[in-house]
Amino acid sequence: MDGDDQLLADRTPGVEEHESTASVLSYTVGLGLAIVATIASFVVSQTDLLWPPGIPTGLIVLALAQIGVHLVFFLHLGSGPDQTNNILALAFGVLIVFLVIAGSIWIIANLNANMTTMPTH
Amino acid sequence: MSTAAFEVAPKRLAPQSDGGPAPTRIVVAYGFWIFILSDIVMFSALFAAYAVLSNNTAGGPSGAELFNLRNVFLMTMCLLFSSYTAGLGALSAEQRKPERFLVFAAVTFVLGAAFLFLEMSEFAGMISKGAGPWRSAFLSAFFTLVGMHGAHVTGGLVWLAYMMAQVAAKGLRPAVLRRLLCFSLFWHALDIVWIGVMTLVYLMGAQ
Repeated sequence: MDGDDQLLADRTPGVEEHESTASVLSYTVGLGLAIVATIASFVVSQTDLLWPPGIPTGLIVLALAQIGVHLVFFLHLGSGPDQTNNILALAFGVLIVFLVIAGSIWIIANLNANMTTMPTH
Repeated sequence: MSTAAFEVAPKRLAPQSDGGPAPTRIVVAYGFWIFILSDIVMFSALFAAYAVLSNNTAGGPSGAELFNLRNVFLMTMCLLFSSYTAGLGALSAEQRKPERFLVFAAVTFVLGAAFLFLEMSEFAGMISKGAGPWRSAFLSAFFTLVGMHGAHVTGGLVWLAYMMAQVAAKGLRPAVLRRLLCFSLFWHALDIVWIGVMTLVYLMGAQ
């Protein structure tokens, strides 16, 4: 190895490795986008701006968008080769979260549908 | 190692294993990242329980009757701005400016404490109306999920106060900086969990 070699090192999760001004800008942009997404969620849930049966879907889309904003601008996750480990760990976590939540809702909805009506006390 | 092939592209990327073990900072933060993901997996079980039980009000009050969205909006803003000041504090620490870090950390602490105060007053109001966790499966799941997030925020505040004391007493030495890095990850992750709580519990529940 000669001195000109550039090591393909891992990126520390949660750290932005740029100029500090760029980092303040990144946090500020993230805060702005997060506030916009939050206000949009509240507006969508309280008005008929969206077709009413579509409101839950709209809220989920806005929540996922805001989670994306937080991951990129606050936790500084990216798609570069130095972030492969961080992204892979996140992908595995998202897989488990999806299995637990979607699986539970699916199974219990099925059980509810098959339940005979119980007498109310 | 100066063959023609390498002289064409002198800035080649060496294999990662050539660099020896990763720096402690990366190992520590990566390990903590894995912990945070496992914590989020734990929250996903509580989210699943809430999603399954949220309609089982057993004749008690429903979310639409209990939730005050103005309060929830204020809580969300407290957490968002505390994440922002925590980020600015982390930047100040990386630039070795302990005084600026302490200012931003104090603001973060106040915003987190304001969030907790709003949450506790909401809980107290619900319990005084007889809508405590014992009332229905919906309320048991609600208090477990939202209370677990609140417990994490409480733990985060204790940790933040401890980190401020460490910075004041020991200065920004590498071990303290690594702990601060873990704290930043923790605090930003709590924000992400809160987005799920805000959307699934409050906004969908108030429909």
